Amino acid sequence: MKRPSPRLLLACVLFILLALAPILASIVGNDYPLIVLTRVVILATAAVSLDLILGYGGMVSLGHAAFLGIGAYAVGIMTAEDVTSGFVQWPLAILAAAIAAFVIGALSLRTRGVYFILVTLAFAQMVYFVGVGLDAYGGEDGLVIPTRSRFGILNLANRTTFYFICLACLVATVALVAHLARTRFGLVLRGAALNERRMRALGFPVYRYRLAAFVIAGALCGLAGILLANHSEFVSPSIMNWGRSADLIIMVVLGGMGSAIGPLIGAMVFMLAEETLSHLTTYWQLIFGPLILIFVRFARSGLIGLFPERSGDG
Amino acid sequence: MSLLIEQTLNGVQLALLLFLVAAGLTLVFGIMDFMNLSHGSLFMMGAYFAATFVALTGSFIVGGLLAIACTALLGLAIEAIWLRPLFGRGHLDQVLGTFGLVLFFNDFVRLVWGAAGRTLAVPQFLAGHITLGPALTYPVYRLVLIGVGLVVAAGLYLLVQRTKTGMIIRAAASDRDMAGAIGANVTLVSTFVFGLGAALAGLAGLFAAPLLTVQIGMGDNILILALVIIVIGGLGSIRGAFLAALIVGLIDALGRAYLPELLRLVLSPVAASTAAGALSSVAIYILLAFVLLVKPQGLFPARGAR
Repeated sequence: MKRPSPRLLLACVLFILLALAPILASIVGNDYPLIVLTRVVILATAAVSLDLILGYGGMVSLGHAAFLGIGAYAVGIMTAEDVTSGFVQWPLAILAAAIAAFVIGALSLRTRGVYFILVTLAFAQMVYFVGVGLDAYGGEDGLVIPTRSRFGILNLANRTTFYFICLACLVATVALVAHLARTRFGLVLRGAALNERRMRALGFPVYRYRLAAFVIAGALCGLAGILLANHSEFVSPSIMNWGRSADLIIMVVLGGMGSAIGPLIGAMVFMLAEETLSHLTTYWQLIFGPLILIFVRFARSGLIGLFPERSGDG
Repeated sequence: MSLLIEQTLNGVQLALLLFLVAAGLTLVFGIMDFMNLSHGSLFMMGAYFAATFVALTGSFIVGGLLAIACTALLGLAIEAIWLRPLFGRGHLDQVLGTFGLVLFFNDFVRLVWGAAGRTLAVPQFLAGHITLGPALTYPVYRLVLIGVGLVVAAGLYLLVQRTKTGMIIRAAASDRDMAGAIGANVTLVSTFVFGLGAALAGLAGLFAAPLLTVQIGMGDNILILALVIIVIGGLGSIRGAFLAALIVGLIDALGRAYLPELLRLVLSPVAASTAAGALSSVAIYILLAFVLLVKPQGLFPARGAR
């Protein structure tokens, strides 16, 4: 019988631990860890979606937070216009993120290398300024979301219920990305990242494959944006600050690129480091900045590199 | 008419400020294939140095020169300590490593100067307005900024096109290894270019300090605009950066002045002013999208660019 790979085991252990977290929180009798963990799970979803294009597709997008913002703003604006049903809000918000990803991707993917990095950054900045310009919806100050999305009997205002919904979204995203990576679609995407000319010579329309991946990643990140808006009950342009896009890249690289589970580990370690360092000192970025450099310099395969892909490797 | 002239001057002034930042970025990219996101932090440090040294010395010129020198030294230190390991690495590593530097400097400033912003007054001898025509006066300080910016741009052009150092810079930009192989000291020239870029960012910070509030994060917007400019102009091209900076500066200034009136022709006044505000911030990025559709390599790509 084939032994399951260490990575699959790691994924199962992580998800079981995450599923047990609310019980621990109720034993401790303190909601704070659960609130932080919900945030971790949401940002991990965004990081996993970025991994589809960054890790598998080799597309370094420095503007992924734009889709987080679009998903969140879609929820905020619909709530402000008295559309509170999640059955309407969520599909429309995901659609909005997907359409934006289609437009931004169609333009950015005409460029390569460092141009692509800068152009995705520029378009995200443009979306940011559109958010600042939305005077009717709070402009620069942002928009309070008075009620969370309504899903019939599911009450999203309950912290535990909401946590499990976020966790379900994360598991679904990881499963989808891991599955896509193994299909023909994913193989073309990974092949094009390694050698674009060869994939083209084999007859694959690389641009279309990349655009499809970009749209899927944008839509999934839009989902994370929906969750984030519901979590903080507030949305402002700073949700799509360019630093947020860079944070997402750091999470993916930290955990390990091109492994659907790596960005989850990356997100957890990133948030843990942020929490710990910011408790230690107000000037935590003085330590965090150099840490990023040291990490980039010495540990490029990411934390997931500690767990081989197949049993028997390494 | 006088509004048009005034807004054009404002646009040129913004353009030259952006050019000072973009020039360093594009030269370093051209010669070292290095994307430095912390260039905006050097701009911010230049402004903080200026605010500090001008207050200490009581002289805008002495304090300003000190600020520029300190920013250049800081740039050289960063290059030696932080950035050199990233040379020759992929662009992703460079982006992450220099982003770490951005975080570092934001908290460094918070630690040294505090979270509240600083202000720097326009120096006495440059205060006041000058009359340029009927019903048109313009601040002397901004005119001086335009003059200095033009002189620096011309100097850079002469340096790159007419001197031996410039020849090595151009040779290294088109093929770094080959330039090194035929005996040019590419490492030394790279360091020189980095220091020069840092000094220009410091100069921009000094000039911007009396116009903006000196605060944490002031480099971010300038950095992103400068990045847009070097993409529009063509990476590595100093001429492209200059022309693209002019286009971006003029679009921004004229857009803010005239878009509300233009939109009022088709929209209600309230809707027009809201839409114009959003549209004039976004106009530059629309231009970028358009340039990418027509010429993905930028409007004025550097010769021999890969």
